[in-house]
Amino acid sequence: MAAQLKFRDVTLGYDRHPAVHHLGGEVAQGALLAVVGPNGAGKSTLFRGIVGLLKPLSGAIRTGGLDVRDIAYLPQIAEIDRSFPISVFDFISAGLWRGIGSFGGIGKSARERILAAIAAVGLNGFENRPVGTLSGGQMQRVLFARVLLQDARLIVLDEPFNAIDSKTSADLLALVRRWHGEGRTVLAALHDLEMVRANFPETLLLARGPVAWGATEEVLTPENLLVAMRMCEAFDDSAAACVDDDSHSRAA
Amino acid sequence: MLYDALVGPFTEFEFMRRALAAVIALSLAGAPIGVFLMLRRMSLVGDAMAHAILPGAAVGFLLSGLNLFAMTAGGLIAGFTVAILAGVVARSTGLKEDASLATFYLASLALGVSIVSIKGTNIDLLHVLFGNILAMDNQTLLMVAFNATVTLLVLAVIFRPLVIESVDPLFLRTVSRAGGPAHLAFLALVVVNLVNGFQALGTLLAVGLMILPAGIARFWSRDITGMICIAVFAASISGYAGLVLSFQTRVPSGPAIILVAAALYIVSVLFGSVGGLVRQMFPGRHLEA
Repeated sequence: MAAQLKFRDVTLGYDRHPAVHHLGGEVAQGALLAVVGPNGAGKSTLFRGIVGLLKPLSGAIRTGGLDVRDIAYLPQIAEIDRSFPISVFDFISAGLWRGIGSFGGIGKSARERILAAIAAVGLNGFENRPVGTLSGGQMQRVLFARVLLQDARLIVLDEPFNAIDSKTSADLLALVRRWHGEGRTVLAALHDLEMVRANFPETLLLARGPVAWGATEEVLTPENLLVAMRMCEAFDDSAAACVDDDSHSRAA
Repeated sequence: MLYDALVGPFTEFEFMRRALAAVIALSLAGAPIGVFLMLRRMSLVGDAMAHAILPGAAVGFLLSGLNLFAMTAGGLIAGFTVAILAGVVARSTGLKEDASLATFYLASLALGVSIVSIKGTNIDLLHVLFGNILAMDNQTLLMVAFNATVTLLVLAVIFRPLVIESVDPLFLRTVSRAGGPAHLAFLALVVVNLVNGFQALGTLLAVGLMILPAGIARFWSRDITGMICIAVFAASISGYAGLVLSFQTRVPSGPAIILVAAALYIVSVLFGSVGGLVRQMFPGRHLEA
């Protein structure tokens, strides 16, 4: 299978400090990949790099000719102003942006697609509710419905099940499996290892640098998890410039 | 009797008809801009922009006397410069929009005050500060109407990106590049409408006909379309009632319009159907589901 994503010795970070250090590897088209690691391991940074919000400090990320609009991104901390007076229907309809752009009308078929997406996340009857009145779980369902409408080849979900009850996360996980079944490439940052083992065939264990990457049961071993836990979180302000040796880039 | 008081001034005097036409044009364009300013938590940005415009208008005034075109052009240049510089700095660095704008408008204001003190008379400038909607000539009225039309057209073009940028800027950045241009176009519209307003209300009160109606609308509607309609309506009513008030009393026209809007605002805060104080105090029995 062709690669959807290629990391070529990627280092991503802030103010020259690396948050993801010398990552190399490929994500196959249609892969369902869990990204696991402690807080501060660089999961969100990696995702921001993939969707193009953050430029690599060195190395390159290739998305196999995908336009940014072919990538649906669900950030961990959404910058959503929920006090803005917008209905669930209008909010979700923005997922069709690639088709309708700034000016396109929302015709009958688009309306039906939006209503179908609302139904798919179990929010029937919420169409006209302002987004400010939703609970956290309902808002997460809304965001998934918007991702659904984006119809993207590559879907990047940053800790999508944080603070979400088991019923909602089961429903949303079913959507993730459906996307996988449709041949889309799905990346998700997760903390629930049981969920990863049960649903994600492939896992990247990240702790600044890649600790292990491959089939989930081979990656999530106690030894690997221990290595990841020992990662030092703080940046060293007096760190020397990184000498680009190849030794740690092939950990994967 | 009532007819004489409420309609008479407008049938009798042309300057009142012009003033009414101008204030309705200002309401149609300014109130929707005000709604977005409020929803984007930029209400005071409008006020800051009004200060930023003042020096430009003063320079125009010094160069060519009490010529509205020169003053408008000067105001537009100063306003655009400050708005665009502030917008660019906020977008390309981590500085928040308000901090960035505060820096630029203070610099602009200081520059303007320096120019005026070195080489100006204060009396005519008072006219600029407080405006005079009763002295609209044809040219000025046409210009106000033209600016209002342009505002509505541009707002229609940038409406969707502007709404989504207000709700979820990160999402818009991942699906479209329209966010940046829409944001800058919106700042430009703020400037155009402030300059438009200062012909009628003066630089200091121009922002009033944008922000007060938006504040009123917030208490009567939960969705943005409703808010915009109510804001335009409230602005027009304030304009009309303010003109009548100023005709029948000795209150100057600009302050009269804003005072009427302020009265409507107080009524809305008390009795508004969305979050009004009285409604909060007597919410009625809770529902079953």
